Amino acid sequence: MKREIWKGSEAIAEAAIRAGCRCFFGYPITPQNEIPEYMSLHMPQSGGVFVQAESELAAVNMVYGAAASGVRAMTSSSSPGVSLKQEGISYMAACQLPAVVVNVMRGGPGLGSIQPAQGDYFQATRGGGNGDYRTVVLAPANIQEAVDLTQEAFDIADQYRNPVVVLADGLIGQMMEPIVWKERTPRALPEKTWAACGRGDRDHNNFITSLLIDAPACEAHNLELHKKVLEMEKNECRWEEILMDDAELVLVAYGTPSRVAQTAAENLRKQGIKAGVFRPVTVWPYPYARLREIAGLDRVKSFLTVEMSLGQMLDDVNLAVGERKPVKFYGRCGGAIPHVSEVERAALEAWKEVK
Amino acid sequence: MTALERFPHRLTLVTGHYGTGKTEFSVNLALALAGEGARVALADLDIVNPYFRSRERRELLEAAGVRLVATPQALADADVPALPAELHAVLEDRAVRGVLDIGGDPSGARVLARYRPKILKEDYQLLYVVNAARPEVRTAERSTEVLRAIEAVTGLRCTGLVNNTHLCHETAPETVREGGALAEEVSRITGVPLICHAAEARFQDRLRDLELFPMEIRMKKPWE
Repeated sequence: MKREIWKGSEAIAEAAIRAGCRCFFGYPITPQNEIPEYMSLHMPQSGGVFVQAESELAAVNMVYGAAASGVRAMTSSSSPGVSLKQEGISYMAACQLPAVVVNVMRGGPGLGSIQPAQGDYFQATRGGGNGDYRTVVLAPANIQEAVDLTQEAFDIADQYRNPVVVLADGLIGQMMEPIVWKERTPRALPEKTWAACGRGDRDHNNFITSLLIDAPACEAHNLELHKKVLEMEKNECRWEEILMDDAELVLVAYGTPSRVAQTAAENLRKQGIKAGVFRPVTVWPYPYARLREIAGLDRVKSFLTVEMSLGQMLDDVNLAVGERKPVKFYGRCGGAIPHVSEVERAALEAWKEVK
Repeated sequence: MTALERFPHRLTLVTGHYGTGKTEFSVNLALALAGEGARVALADLDIVNPYFRSRERRELLEAAGVRLVATPQALADADVPALPAELHAVLEDRAVRGVLDIGGDPSGARVLARYRPKILKEDYQLLYVVNAARPEVRTAERSTEVLRAIEAVTGLRCTGLVNNTHLCHETAPETVREGGALAEEVSRITGVPLICHAAEARFQDRLRDLELFPMEIRMKKPWE
């Protein structure tokens, strides 16, 4: 296997094609323009379809249509563009349509800035569209992981017939790192007997809609969807523990800030403070149980949540840790990246309070 | 060989495919020339990339006496293809050595086309950066195609190749050698000479047989 150097956005696009994505619909926005650009060049070569839609709303509804026909489909955008796609995500969840939505987050709110951020955590993990639904949210911290998770996202989407969000921060989209294209073992997946791809020999039409005007029928449908939510919670949660074996101070971070946190933890260890990093890989489902377990350990004294937002994942860390240990926070926002020295300083302050 | 000997022309235009390492090379070249006493200006003409641009190293460059010519700070993240008016000073002032860091691919190199008449009057070299670890240009044929396309949009002839093959922190001397073989092949096909191999200074001892331009990594990631 040969190592190659890829830019995150290009790598995500290539990963999708390799995972069998055959329809890409998008609309340009920085910092993820290389995804549609790459798709426009390579998707037709792979026998697929690329359309630059007239808007994000159009793009996500084209994904809805393609997914309804049983094809692997994807769209990508950045924060303000992903806001526009929320309606489509809710409709796809309602209609049980598998699709992958990539969000390369930039500074917000509103049009914000084009620099990296993580301010869409609430939107992604709580569901930015209407109604009772959830999507698995995968948050890569390096380009290799972005590649691997993007490919797996299509399997997860097909397994649960539900949209999956790849939540990358702008740095993942724009930075370059060496990767290798691994041999992948796809999940065993059910046939798409529900797809609206022509009646053929079937004795019924496959009809896809989210309109259930009769309230009891709508509730029954919701309860069916909710069974899948519970299944996803049970099966899809994942995280990484770095320098955690003897950690007494735990930095919690996802995406590229986890790498800032890791460098900070390594520096803190040189100063005699046993710091470690807990990194959620899925931010929904959130690894509450493991984090709660860690919070219960005697040796663990304190937590510091690090984000490129102003305390969004912090809610989940608090839900997991509760009153067991203090939870502190350090974040930058609007496109500013936390410096290693700033995280170290915040960690030292948190440490002083408990040592 | 000093940097001034290796890059003897007044203007150095640095082009290449996306992500071949043009900015890292440009920043290092500007610092090396300034270190040898030259008056140097580095022009960041990357209108393609939103992140990892030479303008992000303003402090480092200015401390080393390199004048940074870039989109004004107010527009630094504006996501518009604005070019600095100050660039004319670099093109016209013959007492200044100019390093022009150009955006990737023909689409990034297009910025040079409008300055072509001025550039043609000056003593310049147009370098093409080769990186064998970049999947889209890892074959000599593809690398040559991009080189020719850059020449076509700029209306300028490429005068030198730079092998800048790397794998970020995973780079090894063999990585550089592998890229060297590709650069030599591109040189053979195009007739454009291979000027040097740009590689981290820490590999110097193990690459003594190559014409090396030693570099320090300046475009680090926030956690490095």
